[in-house]
Amino acid sequence: MTTGTSAFTIAQADEPFIRWDWIGRNLDDLWAATQEHIVLTVIAVGVGLVVSLGLSIIALRWRKTYTPITWVTGILYTIPSLALFAFLVPITGLTMLTAQIGLVSYTLLILIRNIVAGIDGVPAHILEAARGMGYTPRRMFLDIQLPLALPVIIAGIRIATVTTIGLVTITALIGQGGLGFFILRGLQFFSAIGTTQILAGTVLSVALAVVADIGLLGLEKLLTPWARRRVTA
Amino acid sequence: MEFLGDLVAWFLDPENWTGPAGIPSRVWEHIQISVVATVAAAAIALPPALWLGHRRRGGFAAVAAINIGRAIPSFAIMALFLPISIRLGLGLGFWPTLLALFALALPPIFTNTYTGVRDVDPALVEAGRGMGMTDGEVLRKIEAPMASPVILAALRVSAVQVVATAPLAALVAWGGLGRYIVDGFAVQDNVRVLAGGILVALLSIGTEIVLGAVEKRVVPQGLTTTEDVVTGAHA
Repeated sequence: MTTGTSAFTIAQADEPFIRWDWIGRNLDDLWAATQEHIVLTVIAVGVGLVVSLGLSIIALRWRKTYTPITWVTGILYTIPSLALFAFLVPITGLTMLTAQIGLVSYTLLILIRNIVAGIDGVPAHILEAARGMGYTPRRMFLDIQLPLALPVIIAGIRIATVTTIGLVTITALIGQGGLGFFILRGLQFFSAIGTTQILAGTVLSVALAVVADIGLLGLEKLLTPWARRRVTA
Repeated sequence: MEFLGDLVAWFLDPENWTGPAGIPSRVWEHIQISVVATVAAAAIALPPALWLGHRRRGGFAAVAAINIGRAIPSFAIMALFLPISIRLGLGLGFWPTLLALFALALPPIFTNTYTGVRDVDPALVEAGRGMGMTDGEVLRKIEAPMASPVILAALRVSAVQVVATAPLAALVAWGGLGRYIVDGFAVQDNVRVLAGGILVALLSIGTEIVLGAVEKRVVPQGLTTTEDVVTGAHA
């Protein structure tokens, strides 16, 4: 009996688990998807940071608003991404806007908590000294509170970035997704080609998360040289 | 408005309330896999976390667990385990989903339990030892109850995340409420997509409320429940 060729190939025991030749043939596509993944992440965290800074300033200026702000962003954080996309797709379609609304919403809680905690953590005697030197509230915020809160704020940005990089893979479902595209497409092949695509998408996405995390840690060290000096002194 | 009418009609259609693709059976599938995953994660994570927290050792593992958990998307774990599951003869759907949800729930439970126990006031532990308590008694009678708000909050947060992530199971041919969303996307039936989204959101909120109520009952009087836990990956 001859083995018939079928479009629907089931994995065979003797088939290799990874098809390196597929990776070799698709380097350009993998690179393009990685770039798309980075762009989606940078936009989401960037917009999230701007919105969070605004909301944090409101929360710091009018204390009573902090609880409602964390409550609303907390609810946004709890909505499952798939459900959120389900709500948005009828309105905004299978677009980058839909993906970004979801991605940005999930960064808010993490970022606002860290910005407010960071600024609250600046010691009172430092503020007192600044006030005594004649700092206006605005200058004090920009020159004293924000820089001193930077380590905590960057810690928040790191968490938000790593989470977003993982979430971007899910936006593949609405036709975005960067590296998630390969994971989603790999699911449609029951063969080594499929596994290879899933693995390639996953490994690159995790690598991106690790690189971003280390990069931001480096940025923190660069921006807060006094923290390092204090440790070595 | 027409869309809202269609949505209401979908929920009122008796077709959608019966059979294996009906809402009750989808909700049951959803709850089933979420409970198994969360309980399994708690069973594996709690003992080492309690013990390491008691010894005040292994902080590195706690930090690493949460970071690794955040970096690896659940979607990817599910997708990766699918071919492995097929090779092992475990089939589609259930096992890949279970593994991914388990991996999602594990890090927050481990990390929060560890830090919760570790951060119990040393004076209390000292007092317990002074009264002649053994290690096990200190852990059981002092550290675990004192850390219970954090531990229970971590279990709640993990369970909600699991319920919220379980819809992805539809991508690897398991059931649950994700079926409505994923199948709806596939045939561009926005009504079904939105209905699925509403059901998932309701189930997540329901989980939050039920476990929040459990928390209030279980936490010893005098200790307050907490919101302050480290969360894992989001999905």
